[in-house]
Amino acid sequence: MALLDVRGMTKRFGGLVAVLNLDFDVNKGEILSMIGPNGAGKTTVFNMITGIYKPTTGTIQFNGHKLVGLRPHRVTELGIGRTFQTIRLFPALTSSQNVMAGLHCRTRAGFFGAIFRPPSQRKEEAHINSETEKLLRLMGLYDYRDELARNLPYGFQRRLEIARALATQPRLLTLDEPAAGLNEEESLELMQTIRQIRDSGITIFLIEHDMRVVMGISDRIVVLDNGQKIAEGTAAEIQGNPHVIEAYLGKETE
Amino acid sequence: MSQFLSRLRSVKPVYYYAGLMALILLLPLAIDDYLTSVAVVAGLYIMLGLSLNVVVGYAGLFHIGHAAFYGIGCYTAAILNLRFDIPMFALMPIGALVAGLIGLALSRPILSLRGDYLCIATIAFGEIFRMTVRNDIFRLTGGPNGIGGFDRPKLFGFVFNQPTHFYYLVLAFVLLTIFIVIRLEHSRLGRAWMYVREDELAAEAMGIDTTRVKVIAFVFGAAWAGLAGVLFASRYLIAAPESFTLMESVIMFCIVVLGGVGSIPGVVVGTMGMVLIPEAFRAAWNWRDGLIGLAMALMMILRPAGLLPSRQAKLEIQEAEAPPLAAGATAGGD
Repeated sequence: MALLDVRGMTKRFGGLVAVLNLDFDVNKGEILSMIGPNGAGKTTVFNMITGIYKPTTGTIQFNGHKLVGLRPHRVTELGIGRTFQTIRLFPALTSSQNVMAGLHCRTRAGFFGAIFRPPSQRKEEAHINSETEKLLRLMGLYDYRDELARNLPYGFQRRLEIARALATQPRLLTLDEPAAGLNEEESLELMQTIRQIRDSGITIFLIEHDMRVVMGISDRIVVLDNGQKIAEGTAAEIQGNPHVIEAYLGKETE
Repeated sequence: MSQFLSRLRSVKPVYYYAGLMALILLLPLAIDDYLTSVAVVAGLYIMLGLSLNVVVGYAGLFHIGHAAFYGIGCYTAAILNLRFDIPMFALMPIGALVAGLIGLALSRPILSLRGDYLCIATIAFGEIFRMTVRNDIFRLTGGPNGIGGFDRPKLFGFVFNQPTHFYYLVLAFVLLTIFIVIRLEHSRLGRAWMYVREDELAAEAMGIDTTRVKVIAFVFGAAWAGLAGVLFASRYLIAAPESFTLMESVIMFCIVVLGGVGSIPGVVVGTMGMVLIPEAFRAAWNWRDGLIGLAMALMMILRPAGLLPSRQAKLEIQEAEAPPLAAGATAGGD
């Protein structure tokens, strides 16, 4: 059952065609990876799904909603959470404050709630605090809850970004190169974490270069090269595909 | 001596605040009418500074048009009181409402502008307002000399007509302003402003409607300045274009930025600097604009976050000035 359905997606930046006629879907409950050389258009695809760019042509259906033309915050409200290729945490804010940002779209108190603090607002604040604690503990960051995001070690920052994305209560979690810069041990931890997230009922769509991670956790893989899909299938199918090997995987391991 | 200092430090903050409150409440008894009037002016600027702080310090919007909303409140009160005899106290919420609505109408087109361009748009709006009222629009606003002759505020038969009366009236509103601003800061909305200020794209990606959040800040700032404008009208009994110039907006902006972005004590300190010191040194009045410019330049070099910034503002300025190296310098590679 397709949770996310992309048809005929094309993106032109002036004369440059970043993505051409892309069709793929993400099934509910699976882990789908998108791989390909740098510049293949993978992050552009992410940005179009999450509303940061508008596709030149094509449609994007998510859980029965049309995503094209929606603003990014609306896409997040509908249930797509994301992390960024280069970490985009709020650097001068604490881990807790970063995670709370994700909870904004799932809570409601506004201007008058802030001033008068009715019981509903107080309950909501208590809920925000307990949810934040839960997510920090889940990602092993509770001890760093009052630490500024910019002071965290790199691997922890990656985890914090995931915690923040989870706070938006997504149905689909899109991770952009979550293993970038992680060492072997951290990558294994990441794989474990991603599996846990999937087991909790969230569908995962990730961009990744680390083939250990990709081959280790993906149910299916989509391969992009020069903005076009050149292959799609299971890990075994992709690894044996001559086009993919030529364009990207090469003959030896990374 | 150090014993004395450490005993001072161990006194609970509550007592300091209580002492300060007592001083503030009793001040008019100790000073003459002239100084009381100066204190009223300071109170109005604190209200203006705190409301602008929500726009500039919390939401991070570059706004140098605040005086226009001050003026909108003042003129609204003047016109409605003169034409329809609506009493001043009733005009306080009305003036705030009118200023807020105009702020709302203005916000939609300009809040999508980036930093410097937003600033230019707010300056333009301020000037448009001033020129409009100066030209006696709809024969309502009088010309360059403005309009006057409206009523004093009356509450249950008591007429506010002494500087001391206005001192306490404005003080009550200042305390209300501080209360509201503190509540806003520590709320879901206050956090949303923080996220938008830190990284608008990331905030949007996390599900925050950044436009709506910015509009709320801008409209609140406008409405509160309008309220201060009604108080101004009721005190000075005149509404004139030269009270609401670009320089006034600049002074309000300086109060926020020099005093300390994002912080309430900072705004109070900034107001003292901008309003009371020039008052105390009347001889320096001609040099005021030049001195303000010099002060701004020095501050940006020496203390860019202002004299008493909020802790958050200090952290963010550090962030902006020394962007961290790719934090991937740690956590070993392959």
